[in-house]
Amino acid sequence: MQLDVRDVSFAYGQRLALQGVSFTVQSGRLNALLGPNGAGKSTLMALFSRLYRLQQGDILLGELSIRRQPRQALRQLGVVFQQSTLDLDLSVRQNLAYHAALHGLSRRQAAPRIESELQRQGLLERQHEQVRQLNGGHRRRVEIARSLLHEPKILLLDEPSVGLDQASRLALNQHIRLLCAERGLTVVWTTHLLDEIQAEDPVVVLHQGRILAENSAAELVHSSAAASLADAFARLTGQTEAA
Amino acid sequence: MNLHAYLACLGGILQREWLRFILQRSRFLSALVRPLLWLLVFAAGFRAALGVSIIAPYDTYITYETYILPGLCCMILLFNGMQGSLSMVYDREMGSMRVLLMSPLPRPFLLVGKLLGTSLISLIQVYAFIGIAWLFDIQPPLFGLLTALPALLLAALLLSALGLLLSNGIRQLENFAGVMNFVIFPMFFLSSALYPLWKMREASEWLYWLCSFNPFTHAVELVRFALYERFNAMALIICLGLLLVVTSLAVLTFNPQHAALRRKSE
Repeated sequence: MQLDVRDVSFAYGQRLALQGVSFTVQSGRLNALLGPNGAGKSTLMALFSRLYRLQQGDILLGELSIRRQPRQALRQLGVVFQQSTLDLDLSVRQNLAYHAALHGLSRRQAAPRIESELQRQGLLERQHEQVRQLNGGHRRRVEIARSLLHEPKILLLDEPSVGLDQASRLALNQHIRLLCAERGLTVVWTTHLLDEIQAEDPVVVLHQGRILAENSAAELVHSSAAASLADAFARLTGQTEAA
Repeated sequence: MNLHAYLACLGGILQREWLRFILQRSRFLSALVRPLLWLLVFAAGFRAALGVSIIAPYDTYITYETYILPGLCCMILLFNGMQGSLSMVYDREMGSMRVLLMSPLPRPFLLVGKLLGTSLISLIQVYAFIGIAWLFDIQPPLFGLLTALPALLLAALLLSALGLLLSNGIRQLENFAGVMNFVIFPMFFLSSALYPLWKMREASEWLYWLCSFNPFTHAVELVRFALYERFNAMALIICLGLLLVVTSLAVLTFNPQHAALRRKSE
């Protein structure tokens, strides 16, 4: 499913966080949303997930408008927020069951999905452990399993690798790419860590609330006559060093 | 989304509240300490100073402890309602709020489900409190415990909804100390929880009127009558009407963006 952002602007009081942002997220791919801290990535995520109300513009998930059909749109969306939203006191399974119920799935419907997602994440044997006992990488995997329970077509990941060690970051990245390939899942991956992006990935560069570029990573490097994506990113955002 | 989806969702919300309740035993105990102090310490010292004549719904002279029992039950509901709603809107539960709001079911349904969850958990605490009071010979009629149940649930919902409405609208209520000073204590003291309103009238006419307009007074009277197997139509009408108005306003003014924007602008 394609995701279209159309002329979205958003202000926190007087401060503009997004200004006329438009771009298209490609279906069935890992799309990177790049930007330094404060670029407006998390604001966009909050608008995608309807935590904030759209002030201007619209966001379309396929044909569904977040403005006009917000609830149908939410059914197509899985979200992993930058800050964990797991309930640390509950077990892995209880967290997942709660999410499934919120999406209207009965226990009978939810049970096999919970098991298969946990199996896929290699966490089935830890399903009865309290989330508090898991490390950062495992918690992230629980959040991803949770976000896929209602079988969304689009998965939003807001800085999912923050706080993870190198091995966990790599594993997570590979896992998400596998999901794109196997299920045709459309993924929006916001990050400021450029090594998570591959040459063929569609990339949107957001800086100070505006879109600076929208292209594949390889094209971006080529068109800015840069030596690497980090270099291209630094040139685009006017930073001396890439993040 | 069909009825089953709504039921599954409501079941999920209630189950989560229940799980959190059984995991937080210390909070449960501390919620009981407060009314027990009022009942066993304050009331013991205060009863000598305050004579309660025979007033409805009581058929005979009663001890002061007996008089304040319904008010203290409602105090539990008041504290829990405010605390639950505040934590729902502000940081402490921002994460779980996000999870809740990602549900494709209508937000009014989700919010009312959440208010119901908090209220049902409060009822468990109220009955535990009445159980302890029972051991100290403060014993309302046994059947009254059953007739009080709908009254307590109505009061709990009303106070939770009021908490949500206040936390939506009032910026200064970001910490619980502010709520204690400006909402909980005034509501509690300006009510019939600790003293009958005629006593208040003897002291001051305008204080009496303030108490009469306080929704908490009507919640307490509804529970007091129900606990003694009596029906207080006026209190019921006021509480039901207020529940509808306050819940509608709380749902309409609810906007998770407010809390987030406040943090951003600080």
